[in-house]
This record gives sequence, structure tokens and C-alpha cells, in this order.
Amino acid sequence: MDHLILRVTTKLMFAPIILFGFYVQFHGDFGPGGGFQAGVIFAVAFILHAFCFGLEETKKVLPQKALTVLMVIGFLFYAGTGVVTMLLGANFLAYDALVPNSTHHAGQHYGIILVEWGVGVAVAATMLTIFYHFTGREPDIDQEDW
Amino acid sequence: MTEFETVFSPIIFLDLALLTMLFLVAIAMLRSRHLFGVVMLSGIYSLLSAAFFVSLDAVDVAFTEAAVGAGISTVLMLSGMLLTARREKPKTPGRAPVALLAVLATGAALFYATIDMPAFGDPNSPANSAVGQDYVDRAAGEIPMPNIVTSILASYRGFDTMGEVMVIFTAGVAVMLLLGVGSMRGGRRVSDIEADDAADNGKAE
Repeated sequence: MDHLILRVTTKLMFAPIILFGFYVQFHGDFGPGGGFQAGVIFAVAFILHAFCFGLEETKKVLPQKALTVLMVIGFLFYAGTGVVTMLLGANFLAYDALVPNSTHHAGQHYGIILVEWGVGVAVAATMLTIFYHFTGREPDIDQEDW
Repeated sequence: MTEFETVFSPIIFLDLALLTMLFLVAIAMLRSRHLFGVVMLSGIYSLLSAAFFVSLDAVDVAFTEAAVGAGISTVLMLSGMLLTARREKPKTPGRAPVALLAVLATGAALFYATIDMPAFGDPNSPANSAVGQDYVDRAAGEIPMPNIVTSILASYRGFDTMGEVMVIFTAGVAVMLLLGVGSMRGGRRVSDIEADDAADNGKAE
């Protein structure tokens, strides 16, 4: 697409949106936010890219194959944290086992950060997968067609 | 246990204004036949309910509603709309007295049930006094994080949240199976006409 203003705005907005996603991801322990919201914000950055430059360009940046792998990795990151705590001798997802000698339950903090990261990756990859599949069905529509 | 009394605060006017706008947007969505307008109105509806959640002090829910409801759902609805018509087919209005009666009776029953509901913010209500109070009491000592919502979501209810991630994952896989036929044909880019021709040629040989 050849809209100069849209192209410059998208280029300006892309990095701050990703940065805001990371802020929401890792600040979820202290304020509103967390993996679900952050995952959606990550996905939105790439959707903005697709709206401006076209879906084919976005697929060069982040191909569907990578998204499929990321979807699985995200979920396995979550479940894997549970398996690790089981291997350390505690219950499934009992994070205290991660740092057993802590006096202030530091294991809970580590566990929650790991789990939320899994949620964020899985949600972002799934949202983009759904978007790719819906949008990739039909050729781009004309400006006048709206 | 002391009796809880709702304090009157001017915030109630804000709530009323937001709820009125939600109601009007919902009516507008029902009456419009232009699907693009309906999708945009549903985004506005989500944003208004996010504002309403903020006024109820549920910032985490409001954030999720704004990101998922107003943001990504609107985009997905728009891209879904591209696969279908732009306008809803006009429907011939017919009368359905049984349905109207059922809706009116259910609505009346729901209104009647709100009389027994505890007041907003009542600490003695079942939702706040039993498990909720237990989490509030224990979280400060057991989990070193200020946001109690994250503590409950990721630690106390960690297994539930894993189920939610599984639900999202399943939705993605379902969409891939339904719409991503390319991968099922060996990953090649094939248009339906070519595929039909190929099938016909196979039969002829």
C-alpha cells in the first residue's frame, strides 16, 4: 500500500506497542495485566503491520509455521512448569518447590512469571493464527469496497 | 457481622450513564442491517463495558475486556465479515406469542431475583465472605506479589488457568483445521478450481 502517513505511523507505533506488551506481561504481578492481555497486545502489533503492509509482508516477518510452533511452546511452557515442580517433589504447579529454602516464598514469584510467559506466548500465537487464517482466505479488498 | 449499608456516591450517575449507553448501543446493534456498522458497534459496546468495569474497581477485567473484546474481537469479526456478505438479509417480521411470553416471564423472574441479591461491595455477601476472604487473608503471607488477582489466577487457581490456555490453543487448532486447508493438501498453494480439475483428470486416467 502506498499511503505515506499510514506507513510512517505504523513504523513509529510498532516498537512501542511491543514494548507496552512486555510491560503488561512483566508488570502483571504488580498492577493490572498479565499473560492474556500482553499476548493480545503482541498480536495487535503484528495485525497493525498486516493492515498497513498487507498480510503477505507480515507472513515474511512471522510465518505461520513459527506461530504453530509458538502455540505449542506456550502451552508446554505452562504445563512444563508444573512438571518441573512435580520433579522437584511437590504437587503440580506448587511453585514453592522452585526455591525451597526461601523465607519469603520467592518460588511463587518465579513460578508465576514463568507461567504467565507461557500464557502470553500461547495467546499471541493463537490470536495471530486465527487472524492469518481468516484474513488469508480472500484477496485484499478495494478501497472503494467498504 | 455488622449490617452493610450502601453509601450514596455521585459515581452512581456515571454508572447509570454508562449502562444507558450500553443499552442504546445494544438496541442499535439489533436494528442495524449493515454488518460493518454492527461490528464497530460491538467494539464500542466492549469499550463501554470496560469503562463500566473500571467504575466497579475491576481493573484487571476491564483491561482484558478492552484488549480482547474491543481490540482483537473487532478485528477478527471484521476479517470474518470479509468472508460473507456486507449486509444482513432483511427478515420478514413475524409474531411469535409463545417466545415473547417466555422472554417476558424470564425477564420478570430475573428482575425479581435481583431483590434478594446482596448490595454491591457488601463484605458479608457469600462471594466476599467465604473463599474470597480466605484468599485475601492468606495471599499477603503466602505470595510475595502485590496484585492479588494475579496471585489467585496463576497460583491458587493455576490449574484452571492452564485449562483456559488449553481452550485458546484448541480454538486456534480448530480454526487451522477448518480454514487452513492448504496444509492438509501437502502445504502447496492450491485453488479450488485447479484441485477439481486435478480430481477430474485422475478419474479420466
